[in-house]
Amino acid sequence: MAAEFDLVVIGSGPGGYVAAIRASQLGQKVAIVERENLGGICLNWGCIPTKALLKSGEKFESLSHLKDYGLSASGATFDFDAIIQRSRGVAKQLNQGVGFLMKKNKIEVIEGEAKLEKGAAAPKVVVALKAGGSRTIEAKSVMLAVGARARALPQIGLEADGDKIWAYRDALAPKKLPKTFVVIGSGAIGIEFASFYRALGAEVTVVEAVDRIMPVEDEEVSKAAQKGFEKRGIKFKLGAKVTKVSKDSKGVKVELEVNGKVESLEAEVCISAVGITANTDGIGLEALGVELERGHIKTDSHCQTNVKGLYAIGDCAGAPWLAHKASHEGIHAAEHIAGYKTPNVNSPIAGCTYAQPQVASVGVTEQGAKAEKREVKIGRFPFKVNGKAIAAGETEGFVKVIFDAKTGALIGAHMIGADVTEMIQGYVTAITMEATEEDIHGIVYPHPTMSEAMHEAALDAYGRVIHI
Amino acid sequence: MTDILMPALSPTMEEGVLAKWHVKVGDTVSAGDVIAEIETDKATMEVEAVDEGEVLEILVPEGSEGVKVNTPIARLSGDAVAPAPKKADAPAEAPKAEAPKTEVPKVEAPKAEAAPAAPKSDDGGRIFASPLARRLAAQAGLDLKTVKGTGPHGRIVKRDVEAAGKGGAQPAAAATAATSAEPRKALSLAQMGIADGTYDLIPLDGMKKAVARRMVDSVQNVPHFPLFIDVEIDQLMAVRAKVNKMLEPQGIKVSVNDFVIKAAALALKMVPEANASYTPEGIAMHHNADVSMAVAIDGGLITPIIRKAETKGLAQIATESKDLAKRARERKLKPEEFQGGTFSVSNLGMFGIKQFTSIINEPQGCIMSVGAGEQRPVVKDGQLAVATVMTVTLTCDHRVVDGATGARLLQAFKPLIEDPVAMLA
Ligand SMILES: Cc1cc2nc3c(=O)[nH]c(=O)nc-3n(C[C@H](O)[C@H](O)[C@H](O)COP(=O)(O)OP(=O)(O)OC[C@H]3O[C@@H](n4cnc5c(N)ncnc54)[C@H](O)[C@@H]3O)c2cc1C
Repeated sequence: MAAEFDLVVIGSGPGGYVAAIRASQLGQKVAIVERENLGGICLNWGCIPTKALLKSGEKFESLSHLKDYGLSASGATFDFDAIIQRSRGVAKQLNQGVGFLMKKNKIEVIEGEAKLEKGAAAPKVVVALKAGGSRTIEAKSVMLAVGARARALPQIGLEADGDKIWAYRDALAPKKLPKTFVVIGSGAIGIEFASFYRALGAEVTVVEAVDRIMPVEDEEVSKAAQKGFEKRGIKFKLGAKVTKVSKDSKGVKVELEVNGKVESLEAEVCISAVGITANTDGIGLEALGVELERGHIKTDSHCQTNVKGLYAIGDCAGAPWLAHKASHEGIHAAEHIAGYKTPNVNSPIAGCTYAQPQVASVGVTEQGAKAEKREVKIGRFPFKVNGKAIAAGETEGFVKVIFDAKTGALIGAHMIGADVTEMIQGYVTAITMEATEEDIHGIVYPHPTMSEAMHEAALDAYGRVIHI
Repeated sequence: MTDILMPALSPTMEEGVLAKWHVKVGDTVSAGDVIAEIETDKATMEVEAVDEGEVLEILVPEGSEGVKVNTPIARLSGDAVAPAPKKADAPAEAPKAEAPKTEVPKVEAPKAEAAPAAPKSDDGGRIFASPLARRLAAQAGLDLKTVKGTGPHGRIVKRDVEAAGKGGAQPAAAATAATSAEPRKALSLAQMGIADGTYDLIPLDGMKKAVARRMVDSVQNVPHFPLFIDVEIDQLMAVRAKVNKMLEPQGIKVSVNDFVIKAAALALKMVPEANASYTPEGIAMHHNADVSMAVAIDGGLITPIIRKAETKGLAQIATESKDLAKRARERKLKPEEFQGGTFSVSNLGMFGIKQFTSIINEPQGCIMSVGAGEQRPVVKDGQLAVATVMTVTLTCDHRVVDGATGARLLQAFKPLIEDPVAMLA
């Protein structure tokens, strides 16, 4: 059987659907297989619906600060169902948008669950169709973009049941608003849910195994974030190992070991945010001999697996588990498949957390640089002396930048505060363009903006800060 | 499309200067057309097109130094030779030809990726490099002109500079050479009291830099010592006159220097220890006397070689040396014609120089410096007499040739040059 498609993409998350569009732009005949919703986790159960919820929480919380701005309003309340419905509506809208993009780019959408079998140029794709029956597709290349799911820890009873123990899907579409939560895990997902439910008035305790929250961030940011969250009423248990999660009629009991001492927390609901598991099972990878590495599909710099014609991108192919990383890999792999010898772009992957305050970072942390024994120059600038931040009443947080002392290359940037997730791209651009301190010092930042703090931090690293 | 690669002018050549382009973008060339001139340390060579086609792109600008062998220097359309990749039914893993640009329907190809090119230099000679790449190159003393860019639109990015740095040979050899040829802390002329504007500055070309580097290296690394000897050349002059008369119909004229080359070559065969090179692994005893003769040319110096001079007759040596000197002045020598001699002869007699000591031409063990033949008073059998005398100096690398060895070479040389008939023996 001759190949029916140039490329079949399995999974339509931000990795898969973007790859499909790019391949189609390059003249490839493309099909995409999806077993659930177009748009994957990101659009349906991840990035987007969480941001919708967080916005509701943020708007509601801002009402309690109206006085600071000379305003008053009384009787502010919220409709929890409406908040959830808004978030689901946003997801639906974007999910349909992806459907439209597939049509526009003449990408055939095949609804069903795909499995791989040995093939010629690339593995064969056998789809158990949603509509019933199965379809075998041969293509010149196959791209796995099957994503990941919430990790469960059954050994300690941490398994989502949609009732008392929630994973992100449950937390995104609950039927009612619980009053008390224990959130296990202080990564971006755990912190965002903690922030959202706290903004609506719930009691939230976040449990983290290491001794600081958001462990991938710079230590200074971790500390400031903890302070900011605590100010809003979130509680933390750090250095706490969860030993058992049990349910009773009232809720959940989470047993912990903190510094060798046994403690326990009780709440109506426990949100599990202890990481993800790649969807590498049940698709026939073992039979094909696809190499895995720590649970993820192993790929080279062009996203190729060890099996001829088989590519893997996004969450299923390893960290960082972020939508923009998935999309970037998708584009690169699509170009590689279409015959471009593109060296993989060297743009760093920034991480953003949309809690209040927001956290955004890119590149190395100060601790990371020290561990690598790199000589660095570090600059900081707090928003409390930034004109725009003061005018807006958003003075929480700071910007911290790290330069390589020898070359002047910007190698890390860490921000906490309002809207920093929108600003971090400035540093991403600088790093990608290989800017040095001289370039950043020479950039004219518009006034008044919070971004001026980015300029000042870079100046500070070289003893040239103006406004302190 | 076909890439024209930087040719290796000799087996050992690693890089060269792209001295001149004879074509421009849009020109059509056919096989055999001269498209560029490449300059190595000592020679300028013409590069001929092997394929035919239209010049699509000049990838390395004129005057670029340290262009590594085998880097693409230009791009030809070459439809005639390289069939355009047929994309539609090419297997996905077929050798991915350059971008299948032509058939891409909607969106144009990411150009830079499709054609990663050497740093473009538009008319202003501007090199596209990221700020960090520029700084890293400056810190490493790397000439960006020698670095191939792989970033967007052929921009030089950090990884390119790092890769070039690792390549070792990449740091513009000429630049490094220039630095090592300069005094440690090079003061500017102004700092040393020579005001700007009181002189013209002639830029260093490849040859100047090469000579500077080689001479500094030699003086710094080789333990030199000279030996002097006077030779009488009255008989030689007489023989030479006869020989030249004989050869006149053939248009050949044998010079004193040709005699010197021949005599030196024969002497080297008699004292093979002097026909040697120092290497860290051991002393290389050369099988042949390949005699380099220093030729002053416009803007420098070059040492073409009379190979196996011990086996060649005077007429042949004369013919070869004349041809080599002529082509040396035109900078048309092939690298193998000036690289790899085992012994050098330098002659300043025609300028009336009485005696001088040359700097060893590494890796050779000796160099012979020949002064002017002139009438001098000599004492013969207790009588004062007049003879045509020439002072010959042998500079030796003491690591290979010690005093006695050098002396024996001159001892062997003297009777041969004083009575050329002995060369027949
Ligand atoms: C609550 C939450 C919040 C997040 N917030 C952010 C954020 O703010 N920013 C950010 O960058 N990232 C965020 N992420 C992470 C982000 O969602 C993922 O990194 C991203 O979705 C990964 O994209 P992907 O294309 O690799 O896989 P996915 O989006 O997981 O898509 C994989 C798709 O493949 C389908 N599939 C799997 N197996 C098969 C099969 N056998 N056959 C057919 N189809 C199959 C799945 O149904 C799914 O639709 C968040 C994640 C969560 C859970």
